[in-house]
Amino acid sequence: MKANCWNGIGDVRIEEVPDPRILNPRDAIVRVTSTAICGSDLHLYDGFIPTMMAGDILGHEFMGEVVEVGSAVRNLKVGDRVVNPFPIACGSCFFCQSSEFSLCENSNPNAWMAERLWGHSPAGLFGYSHMLGGYAGGQAEYARIPFADIGPIKVPSHLTDEQVLFLSDIFPTGYMGAENCSIKPGDTIAVWGCGPVGLFAIASAYLLGAEQVIAIDRFPERLRKAAGYCKAVTLNYHDVDVPEALNELTGGRGPDACIDAVGMEAHGHGLFATYDRLKNAMLMATDRPTALREAILACRNGGVVSVPGVYGGFLDKLPFGALVNKALTVKTGQTHVQRYLKPLLDRIAQGQIDPSFVVSHTLPLHKAPEAYAMFKAKRDQCIKVVLKPGDSGRARTDLRENTATRRMH
Amino acid sequence: MATEISADSNESTRPAAASGGNPRSTRSSLQPTGVPDWSERPPGRSLSASYLHRREQVLDERIGDALGWLSLGLGLAALLAPRAICRATGLAQRPTLLRAVGVRELTSGIALLTQKRRTTWLWARVLGDAMDLTLLGAAALHPDTRRRGRALGSLAVVAPIAAIDLAASLQQSSRDNQRLAVTGGHEAFVEQVLVVNKSPRDCYDFWRDLTNLPRFIPALQSVAVQDDRTSHWVLQLPGGVKLEWDCDITADDVGERIVWHSREGAPVKHAGAIRFRPAPGGRGCTVRLIMRYEPPLGRASVGVAKLLGHDLNAESRENLRRFKQLIETGEVPTTRGQPSGRRSWLGRLTAEGRKSRAGRILRETAS
Repeated sequence: MKANCWNGIGDVRIEEVPDPRILNPRDAIVRVTSTAICGSDLHLYDGFIPTMMAGDILGHEFMGEVVEVGSAVRNLKVGDRVVNPFPIACGSCFFCQSSEFSLCENSNPNAWMAERLWGHSPAGLFGYSHMLGGYAGGQAEYARIPFADIGPIKVPSHLTDEQVLFLSDIFPTGYMGAENCSIKPGDTIAVWGCGPVGLFAIASAYLLGAEQVIAIDRFPERLRKAAGYCKAVTLNYHDVDVPEALNELTGGRGPDACIDAVGMEAHGHGLFATYDRLKNAMLMATDRPTALREAILACRNGGVVSVPGVYGGFLDKLPFGALVNKALTVKTGQTHVQRYLKPLLDRIAQGQIDPSFVVSHTLPLHKAPEAYAMFKAKRDQCIKVVLKPGDSGRARTDLRENTATRRMH
Repeated sequence: MATEISADSNESTRPAAASGGNPRSTRSSLQPTGVPDWSERPPGRSLSASYLHRREQVLDERIGDALGWLSLGLGLAALLAPRAICRATGLAQRPTLLRAVGVRELTSGIALLTQKRRTTWLWARVLGDAMDLTLLGAAALHPDTRRRGRALGSLAVVAPIAAIDLAASLQQSSRDNQRLAVTGGHEAFVEQVLVVNKSPRDCYDFWRDLTNLPRFIPALQSVAVQDDRTSHWVLQLPGGVKLEWDCDITADDVGERIVWHSREGAPVKHAGAIRFRPAPGGRGCTVRLIMRYEPPLGRASVGVAKLLGHDLNAESRENLRRFKQLIETGEVPTTRGQPSGRRSWLGRLTAEGRKSRAGRILRETAS
């Protein structure tokens, strides 16, 4: 099959690789119908996440049609149309049983690597470094889904791929970012970053009853989406002083909750932003917490700082004193996607939200290298790229051979 | 802990099978060595010598600290005012030599104040003392009476300090030797603990069926159960090396623990215990694995093996983790056999190289 493989910093290639096969009884194989490039894939593209290896298949947002199931998978059958969550969760460990699926204790075969960096290992993820499992991703014609009896959700046929695909990551991620703000009537929520996760966080904040959502970015097309579809008040940090504007919009008190939907590769203005870029460029820092810093300082006393943005290492010059003295709550984590699949699918089916609004480009899978470059440079008003592995209709002839050979052994 | 392992014959433990005869007769030579029970061990310190070491250290520490500070003071003085010191002690004016002495003193001073294991550095001081005494002795033979007097005065100060250094070093060395004697010296330890989301009884039952072990310990080729007590183990090592031995279960408390040791003639003498305790709040079971073994090439070989990517402690942790995965989910998650793009030779080595030792080292250094 064709798959989009990481080959180094700024270097992804479409390569011919073997088809995936069932490796464990709870596996399933899907023929990918749609897959997307996530903002967090750019962290891999830019080399910010360690333990990537040349040849790794990328992609953790994908959906498709089930073509084979393992012997222990009872809830899926061949032909089912499913969306797959990006964290891999076993469903039976301590964390899965408390619905904290992204903290699954069993799904990361390389847990010892993550333990070295973070003390304890979270769940394995699709296509997101060997430290997080080294699982092959979904930017490919076929993908193997471990613990397929826990993750994938069947989706009704009247909804298009673009409407349900983002249940795999960014919609639940934005939603959990907003949910973590414990929104009460009258609340003002400020969102840093109007990429897809930021846009879903804005929309979700309104769904959860926020009075006013303020969106911060620098790209006019993203701010237009935030103001248009999501109905946010927008601030372009190129044009206005963000902290001052936030105070103005909240009667001087500050937003009740701040969402950092930017993560480790933030851009910004001022002394700290320059410091971050310099330190980063000199390989002396793992992350650039420019947005997070601003969010902490802007947040009102006793408020919540919610961080769906991805950070990986050790953050520098974080105003911890502000957290303590303003009694802030920080909430973060990889999204427990499995927890949100059903309720958010219901919201889509009821027409409360149509996630396809974030899509700016739909391209065939073989255009992935160009798509990454475009997304990275934010060229051509790129916000969200959906890749189509194509309906070439190529039968997985070799699959049946594989299975037969395996049975013989 | 080690007491528990080898105390099978004299405690409340009972042999797994009556047919096994007198447990003493089949015991390996791993004898109780006076290592305290692991329950009284402070958490977070592996049962290596270092923790036993700490108990008896207060006095040594004070002497060591004092000598360390003395070294620092002398070192600084020699480095900054070599000429004045030469004058005061009656030595010939050799500032460079004195500065070298200063550096030597600073090094041992800093080492004594910061390093946990001081024995080497105490002996370094003794060596330095010998050098100083020689220099001063030479100066004491000088024809100039004033210098001779000063040198003799200095000797009177340095000699007692040298005596203290020597006494402290001897004492420290003998402590080290005692410690080695206490821990057996040639034995190595494994200790791992993991919470499993299953009842102690489920965990015990799964483990007690010894034929399950190869399902989560990849190096084990097979375990053949001969009777309730005895089993035959086959371990496949990289490079086609095959190790085989017999194990005896020496204590078997249903739902609680299993204690075993290798029989006479095993290539690697070892004893182990696995204990299953209810985790608090109904959170399943705390599984604790403890093992003592005699590395075939001595204890130093454990460090060398670690450098080569074979760390039995780390491997035991992964084995325990696979046990947890298997019993909780019914399978061991894996990516082996999944597709990937072309790997570079380095990538090939590291990605497919769980079997490859070099790959493991590379991955460990990479992470």
